[in-house]
Amino acid sequence: MSEHIIAAIVEHKPGVLFKITNLIRRRGFNISSISVGSTENPDLARITMVVTGDETTIEQVAKQLQKIVEVIRISRLNPSESVIRELLLVKVHVADSRARSDIVSYTQIFRGRIVDVSSDSMVIEVTGGSNKINAFIELMRQYGIKELARTGITALARGERGSRALD
Amino acid sequence: MVRMTGAKALVESLKREGVRVVFGLPGGAILPVYDILHDETELRHILVRHEQCAAHMADGYARASGRVGVCMATSGPGATNLTTGIATAYMDSSPVVAITGQVPTSMIGKDAFQEADVVGIMTPITKHCFQPRSAKDIPRVVKEAFYIASTGRPGPVLIDLPRDVQQLEADMEFPENVKLPGYNPKLEPHPLQVKKAAKLLIEAERPFILAGGGVRLSGAYMELIAIAELLQAPIGTTLMGKGTVPEDHPLCVGGVGMHGGVANKVICEADVILAVGVRFSDRTTGRFDSFCPEAKIIHIDIDSAEINKNIRAHIPIVADAKKALNAIRDEILCCTSKSNINRSEWIKRVKETVEAAKGYLECEGGKLTAPAVIREMRRLMPRNSILVTEVGQNQMWAYLHFKALMPSGYITSGGLGTMGFGFPASMGAKIARPDLPVVDLAGDGSFLMTEQDLATSIVEDIPVTVVVLNNGVLGMVAQWQRLFYRRRYSHVHLGRIPDFVKLAEAYGADGVKVENLDDFKEAFTNALRNDVTTVIDVLIDPEEDVLPMIPPGGSLKDMIWRR
Repeated sequence: MSEHIIAAIVEHKPGVLFKITNLIRRRGFNISSISVGSTENPDLARITMVVTGDETTIEQVAKQLQKIVEVIRISRLNPSESVIRELLLVKVHVADSRARSDIVSYTQIFRGRIVDVSSDSMVIEVTGGSNKINAFIELMRQYGIKELARTGITALARGERGSRALD
Repeated sequence: MVRMTGAKALVESLKREGVRVVFGLPGGAILPVYDILHDETELRHILVRHEQCAAHMADGYARASGRVGVCMATSGPGATNLTTGIATAYMDSSPVVAITGQVPTSMIGKDAFQEADVVGIMTPITKHCFQPRSAKDIPRVVKEAFYIASTGRPGPVLIDLPRDVQQLEADMEFPENVKLPGYNPKLEPHPLQVKKAAKLLIEAERPFILAGGGVRLSGAYMELIAIAELLQAPIGTTLMGKGTVPEDHPLCVGGVGMHGGVANKVICEADVILAVGVRFSDRTTGRFDSFCPEAKIIHIDIDSAEINKNIRAHIPIVADAKKALNAIRDEILCCTSKSNINRSEWIKRVKETVEAAKGYLECEGGKLTAPAVIREMRRLMPRNSILVTEVGQNQMWAYLHFKALMPSGYITSGGLGTMGFGFPASMGAKIARPDLPVVDLAGDGSFLMTEQDLATSIVEDIPVTVVVLNNGVLGMVAQWQRLFYRRRYSHVHLGRIPDFVKLAEAYGADGVKVENLDDFKEAFTNALRNDVTTVIDVLIDPEEDVLPMIPPGGSLKDMIWRR
């Protein structure tokens, strides 16, 4: 069992996300993240999913999704040949000026940005692969995480090649 | 462009799709469409007594005719009553278009009177759902709905029509073609896969052809027989494939699966299985991991998601069954000639196996048992006639004992196993083929689920014959309780009520009770000639099992032949 990235190019219409998530639920597939957004074509949206399962399961997920009429293309992204990013927003408790300066320098090391500051908290934005995000969250735990939001990953194949289409 | 209301455009679009009959029942949210139907002369509307029957009738019509069946209902309860029929059609890949009324767009989401999230309910049991929000979309939506329902792997499609969308006027354009960028059924087989399949089939020593519902949907009957004769391979069918080869063909060995017969033995000896238009249902294969482990499998299906879903294919071919079979046959004939293929040993072995099993399927002479009744039915029905079954013992007895001799000669709810399907589906089949005798083989339990539509059969003049194998129990459940739950009969006794003769007569149908085989023969002969529906109440022994069978969780080799 391992994690696989599946990208779906779909028609930008009401109800498509429902169909996809409903299909995943009813066939008993496991997804750990799903993100949706627009593409270069205003009529199309891109849905990126991280699916857990063996090869047979992933093949089934892809083929079942392909059957949805509004799904134009399903592709699988090979992590080593793809750019994978996730956005993290985390609100951290700031107890004193020492904590504040530590958090600022960690944020710089992670090439993050401080997007909101109050007397006893900061909101930090970090983008990157899931491992980097996980590492940053671990570092922030010692200060006290008040709230946290991750977008789930989105991804594109590197270079000239598009995402590998199935069949 | 023509200016008209959405309701008018719907009816106009249906006629452009060649629809001649709609099965339905009106209600508030679909009134604008029914107002148009009031003056309609080209489109026959058949008023049902329960919407579930409208869906089953449309399904039966589709299966018997090969055309799209259309059913209609109002919003809320009307639509939810359709769902059993729609799920049935979905599981058996039957092309049905369901049209439901919906509350006006301004009321959607407000929990209005008779509002239900029909698109939400139907999405998992349809191939596609539409809910047009503007009247001018209706002609395009109908075009796309029929295209999606009837092409690729067929299936039901829903059109949910808010009432205001039916009422509003628009300048309508009726498109000739569809534009669906995400929907491109693959029909042509991959040449390389065809080559591999041909090679494997030539080299096979003991080839077996497993024919499923896809053969019927593709109309690949001649191609199936041609390749079987070329390869000298026995043909077994799945439940949905029954009838795709006439079952008196010398190469046909009958049905495979939980209540298959000798075909289960034959398939276990095969070294190569050519599976055409099957989805390897668990009822066909038994335990997945012990399904013919030594055989190499060539799997032809138009739905690529069926490949490797339940059974791993050695050579998958995603294509239309007819095109794939033709291509494989051409390829075989390219490599070798018919006279070079000699399978006499294998055919001899198959014939011996069939002979050896014959005794198990014989009936005791003269007694009124279900198999004897079904064999008499076969003898008395013309070659071209349609048997529709309910679900349970009646269905499986017919699977074992009724030889289907024409395509669509055996119509049954296979995937969903819907009790109550048979009677309305038989009426749908009769509408599609008024020239043929249509018989519903029922159990008392199943028939009671949809018998109220005897009214439809009388009022709309749709004569069918209903043979009720009346054992006073939910027979298949009782059989499982007998065999696997130590005869603990939990809630299966129906009490032999109602009196089916009186029930039939109450609706204006004919009813006959029979208690011996001779009486049955006479009643059945009369029923086939009758111009009103006949219900024949056949009293059989509640202890009778459908055998052979494969116990739940068993493999094809674990057949139980005798109690």
